[in-house]
Amino acid sequence: MLITCPYCGPRDLSEFSYQGDGNRTRPDPASTDQAEWNDYVYDRINVAGDHNEIWQHAGGCRAHLAVVRNTLTHKITSVGFARDAGHKKSDGHRRTGAHS
Amino acid sequence: MSPRRSQSGGRVDRTRTIRFTFDGRPFTGHAGDTLASALLANGVTLFGRSFKYHRPRGVLTAGIDEPNALVTVLHGEVREPNTPATMLEIYDGLTVVSQNRFPTLAFDFGAANQLGGKILGAGFYYKTFMGPVFGPLKGTRFWMFCEYFIRRAAGLGRAGIASDPARYERMNAFCDVLVVGSGPAGLMAAKAAADSGARVILAELEPKFGGTANWLGETIDGVAAAEWASTMTRDLKARDNVRLLPRTTVWGYYDDNSIAALERVTDHKSAPGKGEPRHRHWSVRAGSVVLATGAFERPLVFPGNDRPGVMLAGAAERYANEFGILPGQKIALFLNNDGAYRAASAMRKAGAEIAAIVDMRGEISEAAREIADEAGGELLRGHAVVATEGGRHVSGIKVQKFDLASGSLSGEARHLDADCLLVSGGWSPVIHLASQAGMKPEWNEPLQAFLPPKPTQNWVGAGAFNGRFTTAEALAEGHAAGLSAAGLPGGAASVPEVESVALDAHPAPVFEIRAKGKAFVDYQHDVTADDVRLAYKEGFVSVEHLKRYTTLGMATDQGKTSNVPGIAIMAEALGKLIADVGTTRFRPPFSPVSLGALAAERYGDLKPERLTPMHDWHLENGAAMYAAGLWYRPMIYGLAGETVEQAYIREAKTTREAAGIVDVSTLGKIAVQGPDAADFLDRVYTNVFSTLAVGKARYGLMLREDGIALDDGTTWRLGNDDFLMTTTTANAGKVMQHLEYLLDVVWPDLKVQLTSVTDQWAGAAVGGPKAREILASCVTGTAVDNEALPFMGIVHGEIAGVPVMICRLSFSGEMAFEVYSGAGHGMHVWEALIEAGKPSGMVPYGLEALGTMRIEKGHVTGAEIDGRTTGRDLGLDWMLSKKKPFVGSMMMDREGLIAEDRVRLVGVISLDNRPLKGGAHIVEEVNEKEPKNSIGHITAVCYSPSLGKYIGLALVKGGKARIGTRAFISDPLRDRFGPVEIVSNHFFDPEGKRMHG
Repeated sequence: MLITCPYCGPRDLSEFSYQGDGNRTRPDPASTDQAEWNDYVYDRINVAGDHNEIWQHAGGCRAHLAVVRNTLTHKITSVGFARDAGHKKSDGHRRTGAHS
Repeated sequence: MSPRRSQSGGRVDRTRTIRFTFDGRPFTGHAGDTLASALLANGVTLFGRSFKYHRPRGVLTAGIDEPNALVTVLHGEVREPNTPATMLEIYDGLTVVSQNRFPTLAFDFGAANQLGGKILGAGFYYKTFMGPVFGPLKGTRFWMFCEYFIRRAAGLGRAGIASDPARYERMNAFCDVLVVGSGPAGLMAAKAAADSGARVILAELEPKFGGTANWLGETIDGVAAAEWASTMTRDLKARDNVRLLPRTTVWGYYDDNSIAALERVTDHKSAPGKGEPRHRHWSVRAGSVVLATGAFERPLVFPGNDRPGVMLAGAAERYANEFGILPGQKIALFLNNDGAYRAASAMRKAGAEIAAIVDMRGEISEAAREIADEAGGELLRGHAVVATEGGRHVSGIKVQKFDLASGSLSGEARHLDADCLLVSGGWSPVIHLASQAGMKPEWNEPLQAFLPPKPTQNWVGAGAFNGRFTTAEALAEGHAAGLSAAGLPGGAASVPEVESVALDAHPAPVFEIRAKGKAFVDYQHDVTADDVRLAYKEGFVSVEHLKRYTTLGMATDQGKTSNVPGIAIMAEALGKLIADVGTTRFRPPFSPVSLGALAAERYGDLKPERLTPMHDWHLENGAAMYAAGLWYRPMIYGLAGETVEQAYIREAKTTREAAGIVDVSTLGKIAVQGPDAADFLDRVYTNVFSTLAVGKARYGLMLREDGIALDDGTTWRLGNDDFLMTTTTANAGKVMQHLEYLLDVVWPDLKVQLTSVTDQWAGAAVGGPKAREILASCVTGTAVDNEALPFMGIVHGEIAGVPVMICRLSFSGEMAFEVYSGAGHGMHVWEALIEAGKPSGMVPYGLEALGTMRIEKGHVTGAEIDGRTTGRDLGLDWMLSKKKPFVGSMMMDREGLIAEDRVRLVGVISLDNRPLKGGAHIVEEVNEKEPKNSIGHITAVCYSPSLGKYIGLALVKGGKARIGTRAFISDPLRDRFGPVEIVSNHFFDPEGKRMHG
């Protein structure tokens, strides 16, 4: 698999380390809403198709990248810097019906 | 009666004789021979015994699809089992033994299994040995008892246990176009792509480029096809933009056109050349790929189809034309297609007699009939072979009338003399790589074959791979594929002309002749047609279940010859079309890959090592080194005659009485800098750092987002916006990644820069009652008294002319100082400190004494911060700030994490004066026979010189409430039981008087 790092260009998968689900939004640090924190720490969506992921270019510039990867084909359709991708506090898109 | 070398013909070098041994017998062959061709030339047809029934087996194919003739190559003590004799090039001194026979190949005890063949069907062993009860051995236990003997009797080659001295290598390569296979299609593709200037790699699994051009006996461009191929190869080799890889099997097709290939560099040589590895693993990143992998001929399934002397028609053609071998002298053919008639003509030309051509079809083409007439022998149309005769070699065949429409046999079985039977059941394109990088293969009814699927990656196919079986089609398709792969438009191509007999490749849709006797589908795993039907009867009807139940296609040949016949027989049993049954997905590797090549240089002593700047001093001063991750750290500095325990007790004792020095360079160090650095630390540590004064250090605890403890360490404030964070040695990388994630993803607005500076600083910790005195004697430029350097204070000064930074903090519980210098000065400063410590009797101490003193003080390390414990579990409640949120603050107080019965850190003292065991359980009542429920476990143990007792730290349920009570250590595996007293983890100087001085 190749990931095209916005700094370094197309690089092999072995240079990157997966840093988790890119759909999570960390609650405001002062938030005391336990459900919100549980959601951030534990709940993940298991997508068959395009998935928002965070990858760190650990063997390169060490930037965290927001990657959209198809979990069925491994096709990567977009790569950007995670810091620009609104993974901070934002409305995000929280999972729907993920609780069973 | 047996195969032999023909008088002339073939492309082996008859002037060069090569000597080798097979099962201890000396043989000779010629340069260019494989083991299979050389043994056939010597009249040998028995190559091995089969997997389950120990049936005699010979050579079926001439290439990588060989399921039968598998041998073990010996390199001294090193064994390379299951090597196809058809792929093994002979060299002087080659030593080969046959497999799965005892005591000898010709006389094999295991052959008695053939008598029991009726009951040894698919699943026999499991059915028989799993269920029933035999005395004390019931169910699976009985199976486990029998398994050893069954496994011994079954099987193929035996793996050796000697270590392999061969060297292996890995290579990365990049190209615009990778061409897999160098038959006429592959050569044309490589040339077309190379002409455009593209960087081309051409991989061929055989030693010689050219594929079928080397043995079909056709004419291309007015010259013999083999000559055309060598001219093309020479031309390609001369180009700068082309890399030729012979003996290279492309075995895996991964994401983004990432290709794995294995090059067998020296397997064909008596000794490797200078610097040559045995195998080379290639990782090729290709812009696009041309798959010109050709096709495998299929055997027919009929009773006795595995007897030595039965061979694929195309393989016989190759033996005759390329190796100058006649596989027999009186040859019969059994086939279902026109293409195989070419083999009859090749055999005749090479000097063999054709006994008969048995064609299951009633009608054949004019071209086929002409060949049959020319070749001589009987032409039996509408007939089928129903048996082969002979013992360890074919001596004759039985034929019967066969009706193609109904599949039924009729009339008397007739005997025909023959010493060799060539079979052809049509051709299957080699779509393995395409299947790894494509959708589902598609069944083609006219060709009776699975054709390549639609690509999911960037490849194009050409030639027989696409079901285009003639050389003319291969040349045209190869050219087009090469252009397309290089990104060029196709056009009216000038493709070389081919002279060959026009033979139709479409076979009759018959895979099996049903008659009495064992008819093999998967030769290597001894799976018969009846086994496939048995699987159906027992309900294993999907191809995936069929495969697992019968093990069809799961041997080292991965079903190259058996896949399609097996599916066809299952389809018939199900009453379905083959297209509806489908095929299993082919997965990597295409053929076996040596593990050595995958590991290559990455094993043993070549693991990277991290050494501190003082490493050499440790070695010179008698340190026994200990691997801590990649780091090497002194365990003890033992004196002559000392045990490890004696050494660490002496080191710890001397440190507490006078002084000791320890190398702490391995601690993780991260520079945290920027206007928001203090704010950032407040967010990631459980305690507050923004209030820390410049020139002071503070102990900090970090949690994970889920509230579990992550790491601890001290962080020093060197300037208002400049912090130096230390982490435990083991967690340096993990903490760095954690911080980087938070900074880059969660709080990108914070102005903070993180830099790993672990390798930039050397550190030495000097501790003990005389530590300050020692420092005062060697430090210049600053005072080190209590006023200038209070507890947790930082000063800058010099030691022996070198700038140092000194922080007064203590892990040992003594008055102690960590002296940091630039890594390049580490040794210089260390030696100066050692010199300064001499008058005070200071000793260097290692990890054992370090551990002993920290256990006495009850400090935590990785053994306690084990990914399950919280700050409260570790007794660090006082560090959990209530004034600010921090990472983990909302999650750490969840119900389960603050429950009363959670484990808490305590100390334990051995009451029987015997050493405790790390990892041992703590129980309330001891019972050596039936250990009782655990209430916790011991995390660290030592002999405490200060207490004169064996002590340990433990995580115990209820923790502090149990202090002062008695419990037991229970360690059934190491047979250690005994009473302990639960005490506070602060064994020694709980008020900290010594370090505060």
